[in-house]
Amino acid sequence: MDKLGSVMVIGGGVAGVQASLDLADSNFKVYLVDSLPSIGGTMAQLDKTFPTNDCAMCILAPKLVAAGRHQNISLLTNANLKHVEGKAGHFKATLTRRSRRVDEDKCTGCGVCAQKCPVEALDKFNEGLSKGGAVYVRYPQAVPLIYIINKEKCLGCGICEEVCKAGAIRYDQKDEELQLDVGSIILATGFDEFDPSLKTEYGYGRHLNVVSSIEFERLLSASGPHAGLVLRPSDGDIPRKIAFIQCVGSRDATCGTDYCSSVCCMYATKEAVIAKEHMNQIEPTIFLMDVRAYGKDFDKYIERAENEYGVRFVRCRVSSIEEVPETRNLKIKYEPEDGKLIQEEFNLVVLTVGIKPSESNKELAEKLGVELDKFGFFKTQTFTPISTSKPGIFVCGVASSPKDIPETVTQASAASTGVGELLASARGTLVKKKEYPKERDVRGQPPRIGVFICHCGINIGGVIDVPSVVEYAQTLPNVVHACDNLYTCSSDTQEIVKNRIQEYGLNRVIVASCSPRTHEPLFQETIKEAGLNRYLFEMANIRDQCSWVHMHDHKAATEKAKDLMRMAVAKAREIEPLERVALGVTRRGLVIGGGLAGITAALALAKQGFEVDLIEKNKELGGFLRKIHYTLENDDTQEYLRAMIDNVYSNELIKVFLNSKVENVSGYVGNFKTTVTLDSGSEVKRELEHGIIIVATGGEEYHPNEYLYGKDHRVLTQLELENRITVAADEKFGNVVMIQCVGSRNDEHPYCSRMCCGEAVKNSLKVKEKDPEANVYVLFRDIRTYGIMEEDYKRAREAGVIFIRYEEENKPKLAKIKSEGKEDLQVSVFEPIIQEDIIIDADLLVLSAAVIPPQENGTLAKMLKVPLNEDGFFLEAHAKLRPVDFATEGIFVCGMAHSPKPIEESISQAKAAVSRACTLLTKDTIEAEGIIATVNPNRCTACELCMLVCAYNAIEIEETKRGKVAKVNSALCKGCGACAATCRCSAIDLKGFTDMQMNLIINTLR
Amino acid sequence: MKPAEKEWTPKILAFLCNWCSYAGADLAGISRMQYPPNIRVVRVPCSGRVNPYFIIKALQRGWDGVLVSGCHPGDCHYISGNLVARRRFAVLKDLLEYLGIESGRLNFSWVSAAEGEKFATVVKEVVEKVKALGPAERLVKR
Ligand code: FES
Repeated sequence: MDKLGSVMVIGGGVAGVQASLDLADSNFKVYLVDSLPSIGGTMAQLDKTFPTNDCAMCILAPKLVAAGRHQNISLLTNANLKHVEGKAGHFKATLTRRSRRVDEDKCTGCGVCAQKCPVEALDKFNEGLSKGGAVYVRYPQAVPLIYIINKEKCLGCGICEEVCKAGAIRYDQKDEELQLDVGSIILATGFDEFDPSLKTEYGYGRHLNVVSSIEFERLLSASGPHAGLVLRPSDGDIPRKIAFIQCVGSRDATCGTDYCSSVCCMYATKEAVIAKEHMNQIEPTIFLMDVRAYGKDFDKYIERAENEYGVRFVRCRVSSIEEVPETRNLKIKYEPEDGKLIQEEFNLVVLTVGIKPSESNKELAEKLGVELDKFGFFKTQTFTPISTSKPGIFVCGVASSPKDIPETVTQASAASTGVGELLASARGTLVKKKEYPKERDVRGQPPRIGVFICHCGINIGGVIDVPSVVEYAQTLPNVVHACDNLYTCSSDTQEIVKNRIQEYGLNRVIVASCSPRTHEPLFQETIKEAGLNRYLFEMANIRDQCSWVHMHDHKAATEKAKDLMRMAVAKAREIEPLERVALGVTRRGLVIGGGLAGITAALALAKQGFEVDLIEKNKELGGFLRKIHYTLENDDTQEYLRAMIDNVYSNELIKVFLNSKVENVSGYVGNFKTTVTLDSGSEVKRELEHGIIIVATGGEEYHPNEYLYGKDHRVLTQLELENRITVAADEKFGNVVMIQCVGSRNDEHPYCSRMCCGEAVKNSLKVKEKDPEANVYVLFRDIRTYGIMEEDYKRAREAGVIFIRYEEENKPKLAKIKSEGKEDLQVSVFEPIIQEDIIIDADLLVLSAAVIPPQENGTLAKMLKVPLNEDGFFLEAHAKLRPVDFATEGIFVCGMAHSPKPIEESISQAKAAVSRACTLLTKDTIEAEGIIATVNPNRCTACELCMLVCAYNAIEIEETKRGKVAKVNSALCKGCGACAATCRCSAIDLKGFTDMQMNLIINTLR
Repeated sequence: MKPAEKEWTPKILAFLCNWCSYAGADLAGISRMQYPPNIRVVRVPCSGRVNPYFIIKALQRGWDGVLVSGCHPGDCHYISGNLVARRRFAVLKDLLEYLGIESGRLNFSWVSAAEGEKFATVVKEVVEKVKALGPAERLVKR
């Protein structure tokens, strides 16, 4: 049976959307199925995201829009899976599309029906906090923007039918059945929130001022019920003291949820910070057990929350909440670590609800014949984190276990690689090419500028007086149209922009909103769809560089926005259409680093038919993984590694370079050239050509200076202990003391090394297993066994491992005590519960040493022109939604090169990097930037200065009829403009950033 | 000071390279770091794109100060644009000083994409410096 080049993705949250985009961009046909009437999932409901405080809608909208308009993605919303048969390569799926009672093809999303609907139904999206009609969209920027009638609420009064000019209302519309033939299936069903009313002691549902964290998130949102004001439900007052109660429905055996939901510590902190930001009088307190800030840059966020925003963290379990009848305030009883019971009054209580497996998982698992784990998440294995128990069916995001957005997005891309490996032979068989309308020739026409100014919810509108900026823009020369939008990046606004281009005959478009670095491509695509050259576009950054940095000075921010507007218009009057040249793509990959991530990436590329060069600095492949012998699930990592390495060497498409390092990188996306030095006795140099680069340089174990490490043989690191456990047959361990965070979360390495808590739990279980009489003590600051690992933490406690918390200011101390002719190791640590030092004689002292970035990262980053973060790990393009991309096209990062992480996450990232790479490698051509240098031969004196400064040898002197002149090679020119800034005769200029345009901007000063 | 006279605040033109400093400025915003509202940013592909002439022109036009910021040495997205810029501006600074322009009006910095906080600090410092110098008058054409 032939394989099909199509995929069904179930679930339209950020995971499903990312998987669909990656697949469609690498030439697969995608059916994106969502049981809700619109895609966007939970993320569309969030206000801001940690740790960047990016506005969730703003970063998600471009992806939703891209999915909505992709020629190879069909959105099947309001649909459920009925039945599936077949196997990997060819599944036959039957879907039911529930009736919307609105004709999808006719509805324009104008919303008149909803305005006129007499029914007040609770608005689900706002978590029941505001009212809406029976005909509705889930949120104003919904994709697809098609209304739906709520059967239960509808009176059938006929008003909407009357007012709908498009004639889209269909009361009699029936459910529909649909057949799909697909080669593979991806499950991205996301999660459900834990229902807080199940924890009766917290009084949710009984006390008005106890809300769930999801409701609170909506309260914070600009598009929420009070437009971003935090008002408490009972009386609409601003709450001063807000309590967040953590782990509601997480780490809780009584609810059958004895896993950690992974995201709550961070998102509660985020909500606290934002609440404070919205209204300064708020005093947030977070009640928690551990601060689980294990992700990249998370600890920094917690620190800022504590120090800059005054968020108070209290470690305890809350025992009860009582309402004060007169004030409806809430009295919280809790027991901090020292055991003294405290009662404190709050104005509002937020229950930070955990993640529950999606209700739909059970039914889906049955229909598809895939296994669930004991909690109801789709079952996966350490080494195959995106595969379900059934071949051809993949899973990503929270559908398989709790995780945050970057990990979800990573897994979505990884799942797309899973599909790519399976269906490589059918790639491209079912896809269409995107057709654009013919480009309108605007040369010589007077500029007709259209200006779209974004409120960005309240991100801009809450600081800048947007209407006055609109008014001001209308007075500027050549502006023929100016208007404001709630979210300019939403899909409905794209239609508005296109319509206005036609209506007003616009030939230049300006959007004043966020940063061109994130949103320019989206708007350029829109104007291209309206027949304008993509370069006839300009942006004014009035959010990231205005409203967000002048939050307390509304007047000055508004003035600045007007100035930025004037600057943008000045430039827009002079911009011209530019041409993009199509360049070929070298269909070969380069992977730097031969550890787990690098090997995984190389194999995933090869399985999809691409040749790969794999570069490793050491004399053998394997990297960090060589030192890890088993996992928490007891998988044999060395056996796995051996098999992977065998696969690498037996794959003809992969070329391995050992003892090698990168010496130079040149070229650009699609056509890189890399020089590699091989050190095998004598040095040999090799030139490699490839279309993409994957950086997988890994991490290293920190060599502790603390606790007599290296000076006493009884002091080991976790990796050394692991080795000892594996080698020694039946050892007696005696007293084993483990100290966490050695070299992490301090001044030198301020980050969390993420894997050490899991390592400590794993090794203490192993010690106990080998020698049940051994005593294991783990001295920790926070136990960060996130996700399903929480179970192992519990297992360790049950096995008798003793966990003792210490404070950073009061680290455990080590002393050598002489007794009976030998020296004993003695560890003392302050025990917060008994409020006293306790002393442990240690036979072994095991240090959970930090993971640190390899030194060479710095040199490599410079060669690749990509950034490192402050800690020395590679900095991705966007912490949330582009976790494995760099801002520089064609270069990707994965594994510990990105930040410390456990095995399954490294594998996911490696596959994700491959997926992103495949969106390029599967293209015939890539368009070169239109922004390049150009020479005016009449002015050129052939002085050769431009040649001197050009770093790419893109300029040559050419003999012409009029003598010698400089000439730019457009394939080599990268558009930096150094030549233009150097030319003494103004003969050479940079398209898109011309001297003239710059001058006009300078002249806008009033 | 006459009561009618508005308090003078400097206007500063900033050329930021797209890959580092502009990204750093965005990061300052994303992290909600507050800085004075006196700068107006022009995005350029690279600090090497900034023609000394732009700076002279800006001072003539009446901008009270100019900031050019690019990637750290070695980090320039276009290999050496920032180094070309540095050489160029060292010469320009001398020239302008010779013409009697206070050196504090002309500022260069390296700000990476990860340095939101540094960007905010740079802006604060530049604004303070230019404030102390008062309005630019020397080259201004009226
Ligand atoms: S790109 Fe930043 S200075 Fe050249």
